[in-house]
Amino acid sequence: MISYTFDFSFLLTTWPAFMRGAWQTILLAGSSIAFGFVLALVCAIIRSGKSKLAAGLVGAYVEVIRNTPLLVQIFIVYFGLPSLGLRLSAETAAVIALVINTGAYGSEIIRAGIDSIAKGQIEAAECLGLNKLQIYWHIVLIPAVERVYPALSSQFVLLMLSSSITSQISAQELTAEANMIQSETFRSFEVYLIVAAVYLALSVLFRVVLWAIGEVAFVRRRKLRT
Amino acid sequence: MIQFSSTHLIYLIEAARWTVLLSVLAFIGGGAFGLVLALGRVSQHKWLRWLSAAYIQIIQGTPLLVVLFLAYFGLSILGLDIEPIIAAGLSLTVYTAAFLGEIWRGCILSVPKTQWEASNCIGLSRAQQYRYVILPQAARIAIPPTVGFMVQIVKNTSITSIIGFVELARAGQIVNNSTFQPFITFVFVAIIYFAMCYPLSLASRHFERKLNVGK
Repeated sequence: MISYTFDFSFLLTTWPAFMRGAWQTILLAGSSIAFGFVLALVCAIIRSGKSKLAAGLVGAYVEVIRNTPLLVQIFIVYFGLPSLGLRLSAETAAVIALVINTGAYGSEIIRAGIDSIAKGQIEAAECLGLNKLQIYWHIVLIPAVERVYPALSSQFVLLMLSSSITSQISAQELTAEANMIQSETFRSFEVYLIVAAVYLALSVLFRVVLWAIGEVAFVRRRKLRT
Repeated sequence: MIQFSSTHLIYLIEAARWTVLLSVLAFIGGGAFGLVLALGRVSQHKWLRWLSAAYIQIIQGTPLLVVLFLAYFGLSILGLDIEPIIAAGLSLTVYTAAFLGEIWRGCILSVPKTQWEASNCIGLSRAQQYRYVILPQAARIAIPPTVGFMVQIVKNTSITSIIGFVELARAGQIVNNSTFQPFITFVFVAIIYFAMCYPLSLASRHFERKLNVGK
């Protein structure tokens, strides 16, 4: 065994690059989460809706995405779409692939929430004279999302972590920055130890922020402590 | 220019064997280590609970890609001239164990407390309780989520292409480099992955329904 001395001195000059990478990952994951949530919501509504055809199409989309690797999805969007005449920057392709991916996983989670709404709730709302739209919004959708919010949050944290894969199409984010630093300093092991620590910190940060968003968005949940 | 042909398709399917092998390796290694972690999480010893919880939290908070790089460069620091498959298998084992450990912990905890008390009353030791009463019941509950997680394992093996291990995703890149037809190449790669993962997804759902009927 060769003796190895750890050397973290490269941090003195490269820490701004790590910070920049972390910020880019926050932007990439944050925008993917926001768009992905909207897509998931729309898909969940369609899937639990009345149109059999639309529900079937969304169901097929969900199954295809959930049973193929994110890496291959990213390759299809970034390398495949230009051959069909649609050229995208690496960052745009990364966001599109991540949004499509989260949309599928998120819609399954939200659908479970919609299914869990008791029929008595809807009947009670009808008795109170709420119209269809009001019932759907206040009695079905918001309580459904409220109920599955913890599961959604974990899914979003996983999305942030898997955004590291987009470094493979040289999208600007933390792992891509690390690859660059690694090739300049040759301290591969130390660089990825630091990166692991930064991702760990980011996952804690995302969990806290998502929890705070939940506290603000779901007032009833906060008050009832359920 | 070389057109995408049946030769390429056969090459992709042959490469998929490595994906299967790597998935099996990761499942066996990750399963064995994951069981230890799950038992550690519900142990009577505080430090064991703490240690396995810390492991799970750290691995679940780190991307698999970074775990893979750490295994790849870390092993070479130890002076070992390693094959990509060892780094790939090791990192997938480390990663899979954290998730299976957490899933199985939930299954062990969902065995009713009265089972513990009853088996204690008839004088079984802690090891006997696990062996004859708790784990057989937990295993039944664990089947659907475990089969479901196998899908994640198969998909995660694609990431090992990044350190140059030639499995399905890497084979797709190689084919693309010679044909310059990325769309059709990666769509076929996706179809092969789907053919491997979808039966597992269906099986997971089937087992889940079966389990719920028994209740």
